[in-house]
Amino acid sequence: MSSSAEEIEKVIGQKYKEGFVTEIEVETFEPGLNEDIIARLSAIKGEPEFMLQYRLQAFRHWQTLEEPDWAQLNIDPIDYQAISYYSAPKKDSEKPQSLDEVDPELLDTYKKLGIPLDEQERLAGVAVDAVFDSVSVATTFKGKLKDAGVIFCPISEALQEYPELVKQYLGTVVSEKDNFFASLNAAVFTDGSFVYIPKGVRCPMELSTYFRINAANTGQFERTLIIADDDSHVSYLEGCTAPMRDENQLHAAVVELVAMNNAEIKYSTVQNWYPGDENGVGGIYNFVTKRAECRGDNSKVSWTQVETGSAITWKYPSCVLLGDNSVGEFYSVAVTNNYQQADTGTKMIHIGKNTSSTIISKGISAGKSQNTYRGLVKVAKSAENARNYTQCDSLLVGDTCGAHTFPYVEVKQPSAQVEHEATTSKISEDQLFFCQQRGISAEDAVSMIVNGFCKSVFKELPMEFAVEAQALLGLSLEGSVG
Amino acid sequence: MISIKNLHVSVGDKPILKGVNLEIPAGEVHAIMGPNGAGKSTLSHVLSGKEGYTVTEGSVTYKGQDLLALEPEMRAREGVFLAFQYPVEIPGVSNIYLLKAALNAMRKHHGKDEVDALDFLTMVKGKIKALEMDEKFLYRAVNEGFSGGEKKRNEILQAAILEPSFCILDETDSGLDIDALKVVSKGVNALRDEARSFLMITHYQRLLDYITPDVVHVLADGKIVKSGGPELALELEAKGYHWVEEQVA
Ligand SMILES: Nc1ncnc2c1ncn2[C@@H]1O[C@H](COP(=O)(O)OP(=O)(O)OP(=O)(O)O)[C@@H](O)[C@H]1O
Ligand SMILES: [Mg+2]
Repeated sequence: MSSSAEEIEKVIGQKYKEGFVTEIEVETFEPGLNEDIIARLSAIKGEPEFMLQYRLQAFRHWQTLEEPDWAQLNIDPIDYQAISYYSAPKKDSEKPQSLDEVDPELLDTYKKLGIPLDEQERLAGVAVDAVFDSVSVATTFKGKLKDAGVIFCPISEALQEYPELVKQYLGTVVSEKDNFFASLNAAVFTDGSFVYIPKGVRCPMELSTYFRINAANTGQFERTLIIADDDSHVSYLEGCTAPMRDENQLHAAVVELVAMNNAEIKYSTVQNWYPGDENGVGGIYNFVTKRAECRGDNSKVSWTQVETGSAITWKYPSCVLLGDNSVGEFYSVAVTNNYQQADTGTKMIHIGKNTSSTIISKGISAGKSQNTYRGLVKVAKSAENARNYTQCDSLLVGDTCGAHTFPYVEVKQPSAQVEHEATTSKISEDQLFFCQQRGISAEDAVSMIVNGFCKSVFKELPMEFAVEAQALLGLSLEGSVG
Repeated sequence: MISIKNLHVSVGDKPILKGVNLEIPAGEVHAIMGPNGAGKSTLSHVLSGKEGYTVTEGSVTYKGQDLLALEPEMRAREGVFLAFQYPVEIPGVSNIYLLKAALNAMRKHHGKDEVDALDFLTMVKGKIKALEMDEKFLYRAVNEGFSGGEKKRNEILQAAILEPSFCILDETDSGLDIDALKVVSKGVNALRDEARSFLMITHYQRLLDYITPDVVHVLADGKIVKSGGPELALELEAKGYHWVEEQVA
């Protein structure tokens, strides 16, 4: 290997900074999955009866399903009976009423992760829901949001306090029968965020959820539901990290978004689950079903994702464009290094008239990783004048990695315009030498070229997170220079 | 400034430079001419630290240091600049971003603070004007879609901004139209001073009409076979390389 190749390796292979474990007393279910476990889970969360029935129905359906195998992924078999489905920090009393009551050990964990939960310290204008393994441990700025009429709380709390609202929407975008991982999630989900923005309200601050897996041998089953009622607006961001462990851990999430007339939801993800080590040992299996329904006319949903973590990513944030003139957007940067595998993309389903969608996907592969874009653009007969623009670019760092693109297009409406552009490029030794000759180190050159490549996606992220995402990208590419 | 002694360089098993000796004192401009494949670009690459070349014998001393022991970016930060014969394109990275990153890397190396954004812009705009380039080039991706001549001009812009002490120009004149040649030469001449040396690789007398060299060398088959004053270039133009090769044989 040439010396610049070694440098690329070095840039990409930097240590995972969030890999520490929090020592805390926990209450954990024994491994295994059956109807009793589900009943216990539902009971411990104090859920209404309809929820238990929903879970059991999902579980019974899940048992009839097989794991999907159509993705470009090599997945070691998962033993679903060897996983624990609930783990939460032990607490003396009921749920803490204020931050002062939250275990300092936990506050410290989030501080280390760069997410101080203290409202004074927090980036101004961002409310945080912190989910630790199976429970939400704190939610900031709830009061201020409530004043604006916005509900932002753990979904477990929403099930107790606003059961009717949850019941009205839960599972209406991603049904409990949608797919293998979605059914599993519906049966055993533990926590996640619930957001309701009432009619005419522009959410006064950014909302964000920070997911942390801490316990070993547990799965995390996140469930998030966001409803933007007529003429409302919300921007939401999620971040995720986990300790470094040699065992693979499962994260199977379902996220549902509903946008009513003239409503807009901007959903951003910075996914930095532990990716495994440089030999491909350990790391999170990230199987996620994310879908938005643009139910109302003129509604809009934007998904922006920066995916740098996880050993395996299986994720296709999608938009069902039901309302006339509704808009769906998907902006994605997916970085894979070492032995990481990502099969990610989106689905844009055009049903309403004059609906439009934009897909910008940037895949960066380094090391021995495999990075796949898989996207579907479907235009139903009803979707007159639907438009889609897809741009799908791959960047290879070194020559032991792979990039793959699978665009699927199904058009049943002749007036539709669907455009697709794709490129594949490689960071060349000549480019790196040129930069070095101008005094820029190979690492900085890779990071500069990669950031340039991702610019059109980063500009879609909220300011603070764009900076974070850029830094993260540099870290995940550490050691990759060729 | 730079002293090259008995430099032997191979690519794989193939010897390309076979004992190059060259001294360039501070403030001088040396031209290297020679037939295609003689090893001129190889010399420029070895001096700037490109991979893929093996130095089998000899040494290069630059400002008193062993140049060959330095990483390419360290050589650059110490003032070695190569204007490439074939500048690469870097999609997605704007010219101005690259220039700023490069300048800041140099400044950091010399213990200086990052350049102030406004000062930088003013400085760059001055230089780009002197080279009669459109400011739009600053915001385009590095060399992407640039014409051959525009790429060469862009190399000189980088030199003008980074102000290197030892500047290697590898066929900067090829691909330039007559007007561009004048502008680029003016740019190079503006950089000439007693502290800065140049190694100018060219095939044509034309360039030397505008940038008068102190010494002209002929590199043939991996060796410097003849050196002389500016008149040597004229003689070469009239008589061809065969004349030198015959004299040497
Ligand atoms: N990577 C390489 N592998 C094999 N041969 C090489 C390599 N690099 C250079 N050479 C050979 O070394 C010799 C010198 O090449 P070089 O590019 O230095 O010539 P030059 O004097 O710059 O020629 P020109 O005037 O055409 O630019 C040529 O024969 C070339 O083919
Ligand atoms: Mg050459």
